[in-house]
Amino acid sequence: MNGMVPRLILRRLAVAALTLLLVSACVFFITNLLPGDAAQTALGQAATPETVAALRLQYGLDVPAPLRYAQWLGNLLTGNPGMSLVNNAPVAQMIAGRLPASLMLAAVTAAVSVPLALFLGIVSAMYRGSVFDRTVNVSAVSLVSVPEFLVATVAVMIFAVKLRWLSALSHTNDATTVAAFIKAYAMPVMTLCCVIVAQMTRMTRAAVIDQLRSSYAEMALLKGVKRTRIVLRHALPNAIGPIANAVALSLSYLLGGVIIVESIFNYPGIATLMIDAVTTRDMPLVQACSMIFCAGYLLLVLTADVLAIVSNPRLKTR
Amino acid sequence: MKALHDSASAEAAPAVAPKRPRRHSTMAWIGLVIVGFWLLMAIIGPTISPYDATSIVDTDVFSGVSSKFLLGSDYLGRDMLSRILFGTRATIGLALAATLLASISGTAIALFAALSGGWRDAVISRVLDALISIPSKMFALVMVATFGSSMLLLMVTAAITYMPGAYRIARSLAINVQAMEYVQAARVRGEGVWYIMTMEMLPNMIRPVLADFGLRFVYVVLLLSGLSFLSLGVQPPDADWGALVRENISGLGEGALAVIMPALAIASLTIGVNLLIDNLRGKRAAKE
Repeated sequence: MNGMVPRLILRRLAVAALTLLLVSACVFFITNLLPGDAAQTALGQAATPETVAALRLQYGLDVPAPLRYAQWLGNLLTGNPGMSLVNNAPVAQMIAGRLPASLMLAAVTAAVSVPLALFLGIVSAMYRGSVFDRTVNVSAVSLVSVPEFLVATVAVMIFAVKLRWLSALSHTNDATTVAAFIKAYAMPVMTLCCVIVAQMTRMTRAAVIDQLRSSYAEMALLKGVKRTRIVLRHALPNAIGPIANAVALSLSYLLGGVIIVESIFNYPGIATLMIDAVTTRDMPLVQACSMIFCAGYLLLVLTADVLAIVSNPRLKTR
Repeated sequence: MKALHDSASAEAAPAVAPKRPRRHSTMAWIGLVIVGFWLLMAIIGPTISPYDATSIVDTDVFSGVSSKFLLGSDYLGRDMLSRILFGTRATIGLALAATLLASISGTAIALFAALSGGWRDAVISRVLDALISIPSKMFALVMVATFGSSMLLLMVTAAITYMPGAYRIARSLAINVQAMEYVQAARVRGEGVWYIMTMEMLPNMIRPVLADFGLRFVYVVLLLSGLSFLSLGVQPPDADWGALVRENISGLGEGALAVIMPALAIASLTIGVNLLIDNLRGKRAAKE
């Protein structure tokens, strides 16, 4: 180990930071592209040029765009993304009120989906070509190519309408007992899990199968080692890296899924906040929410990259 | 996001494809039939639909299957079958236009980058890599928040979102192809860049580019219907399938067909395309 691993990780960190910077520039300049500006939009067509000019000054729109971008970025980094245009409340405060709920949803989903996906992926790799493997594979492919709201609506139809086990809407405020907690989270978590588990299972299966094709696995097979033992003792330890990578990448799918799922179940998270902000064109809120989502996504991809580097033994010996 | 899809299916395909070639071609036929059906409906759907999409047929809202409503009625008592048939055009037409824009521009830029090489290639690749790391739904939400939702904006947004992915695939293909002798021969002959791009390189990478086109079409359909489901996509009075799910969502509690049918239509289309292109990939994997 001669500094190869730390160097690669540092490189990844630098690339991620640079990407985040580029993404922030994209978000800022797109949201400022509109012909006419925030002051004009806020006051409407009937406003006199003087009042528009006054509001422009107040919004700081007389400053050139690159300078405003720098200011905006500085404010964002120091945790002050500005005031909401619609609610007249600080954006930071609005986000702080919603973020824990979304993180909770993501955490519960991850806690359920990761073990399930690993189990399904490893077992279907062990019994490759069996009925079980094919069933898992076909369901995974179908789930990946189907919109999240179909999974959600079918789940509501089955569990809330037909079986009456759960309520269709999620209420998280009164989740004090375990039963109430499960009732509140079951539907959104189940829907999110379907999407994530499908991805993760396929990638886990591919990682394990990749190891099973290697010469050491063939050697073990020729020696007469049992299949279960080959998978669990030989292939799995070597597949941990790719699997960890797959887990982190699949979790980044949460970000896309959570937008639909929070909306359909009226879940009071940051995604519903952002959708409302888009509908009312509350730009500071849209900017802040989208940066949080992009940062979260990049963080997960970065984690996946770092895990892949750390778990690659070849980088350590060289 | 897109890269994940690509790598996952690319890894899975060779493992499965050579083993069951016959099953795959049956699946591909099923896919072809489904896709063909919806394409036909996009063209002739409105002319064969039993009612007009906007006409309120009955006061019976969220009804089940009957001889009057073959797929039930919606929240205003309109015929769901007609709504879906009319929505086919908005769904498929918009997605097809966006995908064509994304794939053609992505492939063209890729050919240009691969042929010119050097700093041009590096700059284009870096910038598009940065674009890829914005989650697709986020980019779309920011665009809709800024410009408001319209058919043109939705098409352009979806095209920009999925262009870098198309570029990435096409560039890696183009890099391989342009190292071939026939490209070098054409260069030595003094052929122009345009000739080399269209006559020598493109025909030799068209199959994987087409498979990628299908995959990208699925992403675009899912993105656009997701936006419409959030009421941020296609705006009334037009309605694509995602918008149909949203406008009938109040019927979910009573298990209305009107919610599930448009969602199933989307699912059948995306699964159909997947079945079709899995075979394109499978054949390629078997040949190699």
